[in-house]
Amino acid sequence: MNGLWAALTGLGDQLAAHVLLSAAAIATGIAVALPLAVWAGRSPRIAHVALGFASLVQTIPSLALLALFFPILLSLRSVFGDGVPTLGFLPALLALSLYALLPILRNAVTAQANLDPGVMEAADGIGMNLRQRLWLVEAPLAAPYIMAGIRTAAVWTIGAATLATTIGQKSLGDPIFAGLQTQNWVLVLAGCIASAALALAADTLLGLIERGFRERRRGLWLAGLVLVLMGVGAALLPLTGSDEEGDRIVIGAKSFSEQYILARLIGQRLEEEGFTVEYRDALGSAVAHSAAASGAVDVYVDYTGTIWANQMKRNDTLSRDAMYAAIEEWEADNTGLILLGRLGFENAYGLAVRREFAASENLATIADLAALAPRLTIGGDPEFFERPEWIAVRDAYGLRFREQRNFSPTFMYNALASGEADVIGAYTSDGRIEADDLAILADPQGAFPNYDAVVLLSAAAGRNAALVEALQPLIGAIDVAAMREANYSVDREEGKLSFEEAARRLAARSAP
Amino acid sequence: MNCAALAFDNVSRNFGETRAVRQVSLEIPAGQFVALVGASGSGKSTLLKTVNRLVEPDDGCVRVGGEDVSGLNLPTLRRRIGYVFQSIGLFPHMTVAANIAIGPRLAGERLDEGRIAELLALVELDNAMGNRMPEALSGGQRQRVGVARALAGTPEILLMDEPFGALDPVTRDALGARVLRLHRQLGLTTVMVTHDMAEALLLADRVLVMQTGKIVADEKPAALVAGAGGDAAQALVAVPRHQALRLKELGG
Repeated sequence: MNGLWAALTGLGDQLAAHVLLSAAAIATGIAVALPLAVWAGRSPRIAHVALGFASLVQTIPSLALLALFFPILLSLRSVFGDGVPTLGFLPALLALSLYALLPILRNAVTAQANLDPGVMEAADGIGMNLRQRLWLVEAPLAAPYIMAGIRTAAVWTIGAATLATTIGQKSLGDPIFAGLQTQNWVLVLAGCIASAALALAADTLLGLIERGFRERRRGLWLAGLVLVLMGVGAALLPLTGSDEEGDRIVIGAKSFSEQYILARLIGQRLEEEGFTVEYRDALGSAVAHSAAASGAVDVYVDYTGTIWANQMKRNDTLSRDAMYAAIEEWEADNTGLILLGRLGFENAYGLAVRREFAASENLATIADLAALAPRLTIGGDPEFFERPEWIAVRDAYGLRFREQRNFSPTFMYNALASGEADVIGAYTSDGRIEADDLAILADPQGAFPNYDAVVLLSAAAGRNAALVEALQPLIGAIDVAAMREANYSVDREEGKLSFEEAARRLAARSAP
Repeated sequence: MNCAALAFDNVSRNFGETRAVRQVSLEIPAGQFVALVGASGSGKSTLLKTVNRLVEPDDGCVRVGGEDVSGLNLPTLRRRIGYVFQSIGLFPHMTVAANIAIGPRLAGERLDEGRIAELLALVELDNAMGNRMPEALSGGQRQRVGVARALAGTPEILLMDEPFGALDPVTRDALGARVLRLHRQLGLTTVMVTHDMAEALLLADRVLVMQTGKIVADEKPAALVAGAGGDAAQALVAVPRHQALRLKELGG
């Protein structure tokens, strides 16, 4: 329980960011929905189109909607210049505002349609023009229903805002995603409790305003409104304090343990040298690369094979050094990203089986696997079977499995242990390879490309000599055994370390 | 009288295939209390609504005080005409006093408490009612407020669309009598739509009978009771007459 309490009290920044993001999204939703509802009230066709659009948006999974704004904003840069942020607050705000639109719009339109026709006739008959009718009659009568819509929108938005973590916006999703990654359920629970409590608080306060409108008690809705504004105001406080530090270094991390640890390793190194740092965790693989290219992230760790296949769209295999040189040249020409150097270990994709299974079936290489494959089930992370590396390996060895199944990276290893999968697409630096007594099958044809971990800097960060200097000691300092141990220290069931602690131990172990 | 308070000149209005009002021409002198009687769907409400342009005629024109209403500014026109609605139509989020004061308020004028008390007194409501919300009132009290609201702008013309339709008979009778006294006291020109011939005969100076969009009878109440006005009018008069006879028989 103490751990949960500590996790909850450590969420102040995330809570403030979450409140601001949700409040801004709901406010934007209201600002768009209400004029649209008035327009819709005058024209059934507009009502049809507006409600249809809002409902359509609602059918897009929120995670996808958030991710979609990255390419949209990226393409807007060709019009408005490179000042348009593609990650973080803006795309999260836009996506969540669209999401908040439907309940507000629908309630406002329904409330208008259901106003007592006798009262409306009287308003006209007395000589009100459209504007007077709107402000004196329609708005006050529809207010409680619109407020109910805003309540629904608030609860949805606060829930969906946890997903903003995946596009680099700080939110209460941070502990949830970090915890899911490492099966640290205390962290997951802390994030869920905080976001649920926030949703309940918002619902209660907005409910107070709704009741005030419904019962025509000005004191009640004013009190609710003041409390809501105070809550948002309190969330603004930490923001104003931190505005002065203009040159903070943003460190990106993709959504798996090794990336979280390496981001902290880099962060701790930079803090030692006097830099202020900030983390953008749980980024998608493609998002992380584009984020660095756009300058939204200053530094992150990527893998040569990933850039080779995903960004450069190459499927040939070069020697390790030739590949590194080709990537360096390609990044310089296309994105301006700078490869600072290799960390010293490789996190390749490899096909892993239980060691006893390898022994009993006499498996040593992927070529040995081809004959057995039609009887076996292969598991991979959700990206794995779409990746060009897998397709290259599959075709090189002629692999045809009985079944292929997707698992989240964490559960993939459990699936192998429980026999739900016989082979998995594992990561070679994963701590669970040794912990679970697994064997990585050799790749005699060299079909899997090289996956050296490399430190990438954005163009701006590359010009920062002090930063480059500070990171230099990390280059070549981490071997695969050290990385596996660090990964295992946060992934294991018992005695998990925090990412920060794992990074400190990794640094100590790797120190020259 | 050379200038009618209200005149219809060849007014027609269709709703799709339905010809609700068909070429009605009619003049109503100032100070007259006219009842417009007919079955449901006879076009009487539609004709009434052309006066303050809640309904626009397809053809013909309506004149108020000699001016064509289609040329008048809509809010200005409606403030010159008091309107009492069948649905009463009080604004549920406003107090009784605010409801009464709404018409002048739209014109940028504030009614003082004295004037509101006066209007409440006209419809025989206690001054304390002013602070109540409409939902706290009985149906009869609400329609009294509706009448006070219609009179707040000191109109020349009072239009009433089935004003007592939703009320119980006792309330209905009392309010009818009160409205008739107000009509005389304030020198109004009043047009009341009703489907109740007895009410029309007892309150109005002149009864118009409408059938399928046309005026088929235009008589004084006494003439109608004496048998004038044709078959359609007499069919309507027969109802209260028959009821009166039955009541007399019951009394022995």
